[in-house]
Amino acid sequence: MPKDSGIGASSKRREDVRFLTGAGNYTDDINVAGQAYVYFLRSDIAHGRITGLDTSAAEAMPGVVKVFTGKDFEGVGGMPCGWEVTDKHGAPMQEPAHPILAQGKVRHVGDPIAAVVADSLEQARDAAEAIDLEIEELPAVIDMKAAAQEGAVLVHDDLKNNICYDWQLGETDDAKVNEVFAGAAHVTTLDLVNNRLVANPMEPRVAVGEYKRGTDEYTLYTTSQNPHVIRLLMCAFVLGLPEHKVRVVAPDVGGGFGTKIFHYAEEAFCTFAAKACNRPVKWTSSRSEAFMSDAHGRDHVSTIELALDADNNFIGLRTNTYANLGAYLSTFSSSVPTWLHGTLMAGNYKTPVVQVNVRAMFTNTVPVDAYRGAGRPEATFQLERVVDKAARELGVDPIALRRQNFITQFPYDTPVALTYDTGDYNGTMDKLEAAADLAGFAARRAASEAKGKLRGLGINCYIEACGIAPSNIVGMLGARAGLYDAATVRVNATGSISVMVGAHSHGQGHETAFPQVVADMIGIDESMVEIVHGDTSKIPFGMGTYGSRSLAVCGSAMVKATEKVIDKAKKIAAHLLEASEADIELKDGQFSVAGTDKSVAWGDVTLTAYVPHNFPLEVEPGLEETAFYDPANFTFPSGAYACEVELDPETGQVTIEAFTAADDFGNIVNPMIVDGQVHGGIGQGIGQALLENCAYDENGQLLSASFMDYAMPRADDVPFYGVDHSSQTPCTHNPLGVKGCGEAGAIGSPPAVVNAVLDAMNSGGKAVDHIDMPVSPSRVWAAMNS
Amino acid sequence: MRLGALPPDPRDIYSQMKGGSAPFGKEDEMYSFDFEKPSSIADAVAALGAEDAQALGGGQTLIPTLKQRLAAPSVLVSLSGIAEMRGVCVEDDGALVIGGATPHAIVAAEAAGSYPALAALAGQIGDPAVRNRGTIGGSVANNDPAACYPAGVLGSGATIVTNTRQVAADDFFEGMFATVLEEGEIITSVRFPVPQAASYQKFLQPASRFALVGVYVARFADGVRVAVTGASEDGVFRWTEAEAALNKEFRPDALTGLSINPANMIADLHGSKAYRAHLVSVMTKRAVMASL
Repeated sequence: MPKDSGIGASSKRREDVRFLTGAGNYTDDINVAGQAYVYFLRSDIAHGRITGLDTSAAEAMPGVVKVFTGKDFEGVGGMPCGWEVTDKHGAPMQEPAHPILAQGKVRHVGDPIAAVVADSLEQARDAAEAIDLEIEELPAVIDMKAAAQEGAVLVHDDLKNNICYDWQLGETDDAKVNEVFAGAAHVTTLDLVNNRLVANPMEPRVAVGEYKRGTDEYTLYTTSQNPHVIRLLMCAFVLGLPEHKVRVVAPDVGGGFGTKIFHYAEEAFCTFAAKACNRPVKWTSSRSEAFMSDAHGRDHVSTIELALDADNNFIGLRTNTYANLGAYLSTFSSSVPTWLHGTLMAGNYKTPVVQVNVRAMFTNTVPVDAYRGAGRPEATFQLERVVDKAARELGVDPIALRRQNFITQFPYDTPVALTYDTGDYNGTMDKLEAAADLAGFAARRAASEAKGKLRGLGINCYIEACGIAPSNIVGMLGARAGLYDAATVRVNATGSISVMVGAHSHGQGHETAFPQVVADMIGIDESMVEIVHGDTSKIPFGMGTYGSRSLAVCGSAMVKATEKVIDKAKKIAAHLLEASEADIELKDGQFSVAGTDKSVAWGDVTLTAYVPHNFPLEVEPGLEETAFYDPANFTFPSGAYACEVELDPETGQVTIEAFTAADDFGNIVNPMIVDGQVHGGIGQGIGQALLENCAYDENGQLLSASFMDYAMPRADDVPFYGVDHSSQTPCTHNPLGVKGCGEAGAIGSPPAVVNAVLDAMNSGGKAVDHIDMPVSPSRVWAAMNS
Repeated sequence: MRLGALPPDPRDIYSQMKGGSAPFGKEDEMYSFDFEKPSSIADAVAALGAEDAQALGGGQTLIPTLKQRLAAPSVLVSLSGIAEMRGVCVEDDGALVIGGATPHAIVAAEAAGSYPALAALAGQIGDPAVRNRGTIGGSVANNDPAACYPAGVLGSGATIVTNTRQVAADDFFEGMFATVLEEGEIITSVRFPVPQAASYQKFLQPASRFALVGVYVARFADGVRVAVTGASEDGVFRWTEAEAALNKEFRPDALTGLSINPANMIADLHGSKAYRAHLVSVMTKRAVMASL
């Protein structure tokens, strides 16, 4: 029987009531008395030298408060990068300056040059048009392989070339890798592109900076997934402000998907300008602005080679990837193609020799950083595409080939630095085969063919590393931050509980799922527990939400803090019951003395904690505990996905007829929320596979700069999903045994879709071995008619 | 105001709020313009006589253009308040007449009985919000090379009726975003002869869901018309070779072997010239099939 409350229950998302009835409080809903508005003048060319910038006419325009240029920020730090990657020769990555407003050069379309603060946005925009700007256009660096050539135009004049780092993971001895490939019975090689994406959360970014002269205090309201990270980066590295004088608030946030992790120039600007103008300053991104200023995702160009022995065992894997970082290093961009990518290249397979090579490139494009999955989708796509191609080349069943090479013993040390604690890849594949009715595929294919359509089946496995991350490990790998999290459980006198958490909820459902855990531990109703998040003045120092980490890391902190609360409450109960603390049991919100009918209710104990008339002298009054939790390892969700497509051979149109996901997320707190996370992830993965494409021309102009050309998935582009998460191998090292589910869908679905399209094409007699995403009708038609 | 200046006087803020304006919240980013909403064609024509005046239909193209500050009209003259330009009727000779300010949703609903293929075309434009704002006059006057209505108008051999004249569809469209309309001239209605059979087949551009290629086939007693949108750099056009073949035999097979020269086709992110030329053939066959 499904539970109706607590851990394992599909409690309805309480936050949805306010989201769906227009009662949310988003950053753009926040208006501070006297606020001014900023409009950023952004570059409309990709690369150029600023030869003239005269703001005097703009300053004289009506309503203008102040016009800022790069000069105003000469004494201020640039935007920092939070992860120093060391290249394969031991040298630190090249780390160029990333100014708040352009200093001398513009490096991508959308690079901010000047900022006009005025009484109204309209006046600010009018004045921006009066800025006299002269730019000497330089050749744009767009193609990554060309950018890596000796003598290429430099994105940053002070760097020695456009290569941020040349990184390697796994087997360092090239001769050994060559030997494996030379001795292989079969080698499958694949060149592929992981297309650049724009996250496009429903809510564009917003920042409101406020400064109070009387107390010398700043407040930044911002659309962020991690307010404490923003405060730390902005105070310590950009503006040089004392943290205790700065409050960062991330209220309701309408979708993040990674792109709201990062500290952006607009946030630092509004905070800085609020003092400089002595007015609150507000910025609201337009959708067009979002396309050219939100960090983009993906954008890898890779060659992957898989070596197999005569029995079809995987014996070696080598990848060579060019990863686009864009014009500047965004907050965590350097970690995405390296430690979040290369480490996953073993996948679900016991390949003994793996070598991952990544060159990260600066180009005249928008900075690229984490986007749902962040490095792991790129790894999975390469691996699962090359495995599928190998199966086709060898004429073997793609599921059988995968099963033959699955890791089956845990813990398992991969050749690329990770230790998988648990998993059951065959068991999960069994679930998939049943849930997706793979046995019935032949009949479905025949039915499609009778309509003149081709039908394809695509299979994919994935493993991901979530619950980021053990601080000591990531510190060794170059992270400039710890990745623990924190929770404070504050019990009120009448027994209700406020839990202040470092994680931030922007669609994940924390406000529902987290109380399920605390209520379950104490045995009280979920409605007695409320989550507080998103305000540095209220919550303990936490690292925020990304990398499917919230429940695994912050949830663990919350469990630890709740345990401390229960321990203390038992002391109070023991006093009230005149029993030994060791004999006190807590069940269904009642403290009882073991083996007796003596008991005292949760509410009586909490009231006693705050009205301590009859109280143990050695115990402090009150009932509030904080815990920080630093995980011992990553968590390793895994899964197997099946996609069925129909392809119209006349037009190349692909439709997704069925999509089934079998995931192993370990223990699950709220199955309905997990289903929703998987649905959303698959939707974004289908978007990447079929529709989304952020494209630049050779001059660095953004071709897909609006929804007229950037195709977001719509409801009728996706099927009703089949989701099975009954395969559960609990995480071995966190108290809830949870692994994380937020990114799985986006990681596991693109290769399943592409594998299915290729299967459909090949079933129609077209020997096509690869097609790049997005698999648009025109590309399918071209591939089938080449 | 300069650096370090004091914030505005709170009394000013209060008076602004009392004045009913919106001092807080995102302001309109368009350039300023005057707005008129006449209730008769004559008044609209008069208003459009002003320098840099611009007619406003449903605004589905014009409003985004204004928000991007790509146009700066002195006055917008809304045509949506002119009762005589709204609605759908069938005349005594059987022709369907649609007022120039009639939204697509009205056409989709009210022309469904009299001219189902055209009603279906209207019902496939954009999404419900677009269909309840966008108008036939606006779409035809704008002549977006990927819009649906130009194919329906040209494919039907319709007549565009303006405040000054009547223009046959064959003479009206003059290439991408260009028509014979003069400054200040208003499309008051479009008059469609109703064919024996017709169909519009639209292949969607994945992002905008405009027509990547759309083909309108209409079979009249005196011949077949085939109009293509979305495909050509010259905007909507008639595929006369296909018409000739279909006049001999109105069956999909009649088009076998016919292809369109890709040279003038549009090439962009969503499809090459060759792909669009191919889709013209496929969509034409499907339109014929659907008209049988």
